[in-house]
Amino acid sequence: MDNLSHIGTGLEPKTELELKLRRKTRISAAFRYTVLAVVGLMMIYPLIWMIGASFKTNAEMFSSPSFWPKEATVQGYIDGWKTSTPYTFGHFFLNSLWIIIPKVIGTAVSCTLVAYGFARFEFPGKKILFATVIATLLLPNVVTRIPQYLLFRDIGWLDSFLPLWVPSALAGDAFFVFMVIQFLRAIPRDMEEAARVDGATTLQTLIYIVVPMLMPALISVCLFQFMWTMNDFLGPLIYISSVEKYPVSLALKLSIDTTEAFAWNQILAMSVLTLAPSLTVFFLAQKYFIEGISTGGVKG
Amino acid sequence: MGGDSKYQGLWYVAPYVIGLLLFTGFPFVASLYLSFTDYDLLSSPKWVGTENYEKLFTRDRTFKKSLNVTLIYVCTTVPLKLAFALFIAVVLNYRIKGIGFFRTAYYVPSILGGSIAIAVLWRYIFANTGLINMIIGLFGFEPINWFGEPGNALFTITLLRVWQFGSAMVIFLAALQSVDKSLYEAASIDGAKPWQIFRHVTLPLITPVIFFNLIMQTVQAFQEFNGPYIITEGGPLKSTYLLPLYIYDEAFKSFDMGYASAIAWVLFVIIMVLTLIAFWSSKKWVYYAGDKRN
Repeated sequence: MDNLSHIGTGLEPKTELELKLRRKTRISAAFRYTVLAVVGLMMIYPLIWMIGASFKTNAEMFSSPSFWPKEATVQGYIDGWKTSTPYTFGHFFLNSLWIIIPKVIGTAVSCTLVAYGFARFEFPGKKILFATVIATLLLPNVVTRIPQYLLFRDIGWLDSFLPLWVPSALAGDAFFVFMVIQFLRAIPRDMEEAARVDGATTLQTLIYIVVPMLMPALISVCLFQFMWTMNDFLGPLIYISSVEKYPVSLALKLSIDTTEAFAWNQILAMSVLTLAPSLTVFFLAQKYFIEGISTGGVKG
Repeated sequence: MGGDSKYQGLWYVAPYVIGLLLFTGFPFVASLYLSFTDYDLLSSPKWVGTENYEKLFTRDRTFKKSLNVTLIYVCTTVPLKLAFALFIAVVLNYRIKGIGFFRTAYYVPSILGGSIAIAVLWRYIFANTGLINMIIGLFGFEPINWFGEPGNALFTITLLRVWQFGSAMVIFLAALQSVDKSLYEAASIDGAKPWQIFRHVTLPLITPVIFFNLIMQTVQAFQEFNGPYIITEGGPLKSTYLLPLYIYDEAFKSFDMGYASAIAWVLFVIIMVLTLIAFWSSKKWVYYAGDKRN
């Protein structure tokens, strides 16, 4: 409706009409802000409340919907950190990190190579292979999960991080491959062709010319993979069986199962810590998330 | 890049090809085979023909219930989520100050929502003496038994996913912002009302992203696992026992790999048929720029 007010100048409308339009614009703006603020508050309140509640005593948690603790205490954090296992919660964080870092690196490297192959070369079977990227994108994991499990069992990878690392290192996340291909297709080839004329091999061209230009896309890939791996629950649930190797997501589930029903403040405190890395990364690198999903389109 | 061997590209995509064969192609075929076997992990798979499927469709009442619940869940969650996403994206699309702030606020839940910590939070929020019941108590209403009543329990899981409409919204918003502004001006000069502009200009132009979001969200909703596993544990009375949870229990608790594969294949065929219908119908309602119809 803002459009109406400035096209008005060309049409020279009567001032009365213009005033009416302006008033209408202002009312609808107020309406929009109200809707946005109310819905936004409803969306965010559970998270704000969760942070507040993690500093409450257990008794207070079930007595007031306010997020502000009357007597703030970090007891939930102290008790929760110890966990009911021989390990501290820090140990589980390190496990998560140890799953995430190789997985993210493997994803970035393999996606770059594969996307480069698809976007810059012609080879026999390319059309069919590219069609499989799209098909894999839509293929529900549920149908491949059981034989994957059996495969990893047969090669003795159960209860290790290999089933979580290796598929990603072989460009198994079709979504990321697709996203990098799309990004690469939009980059002009002039620089690469110049490098090739100067005698660079395709691999040198990839490393020195393409990768620097791909950086924004690769950062998005790394951030999403970080987030999804941090959140991943079903993968570790199936493959990791010893508590010693549990990532944070499994440790949290374990703490619900083993903590007495009334120790909610501990559980919420550890939930806040579980979310903290993702939240921090998101706020530091928001722009890459928004761009990543608006260009590639994303599940989530 | 002329002059290179025509196989050079294949070297670059080789990791993908290996991964595709090992972790997608082979398991895909193997799971179809397993679905016709009886396999308990101890002895080798025993061919039983179509018995698993016969049992599923004739004798297994848990499957019937689970399929039913899954369909209800998908048919409520996906439309609600997309409607919310589109509505908020449209509101944000007006030149609003602080658009970045609101976009972030709406997007954060979908960044965190997949985390087990959020499922844990949900379990607390909807507890009998939890946050939601305390808030409705302030307005003088009776507390609601969220996890005790079958309909309510499924609704809490639906709500968890609808709450994460942010990523669909960001995609809608990007599409809305790429709509040529002069089209709006032309329409309003012609005297079109805002609703008419939305209905006849905006909506047709963003049908490709509606289509994209619809497919992705549907495929995803059919695979919902964390919600029922953590929040409701499938209950009460199996009212939130979605198919992925049933498959998980059959495979990794009862170790009935053959039967679990059969359920997985039924789920896969349902998703595939719906996806194909969507693709087929898209010719009728999805508008692509440069298309000669119109």
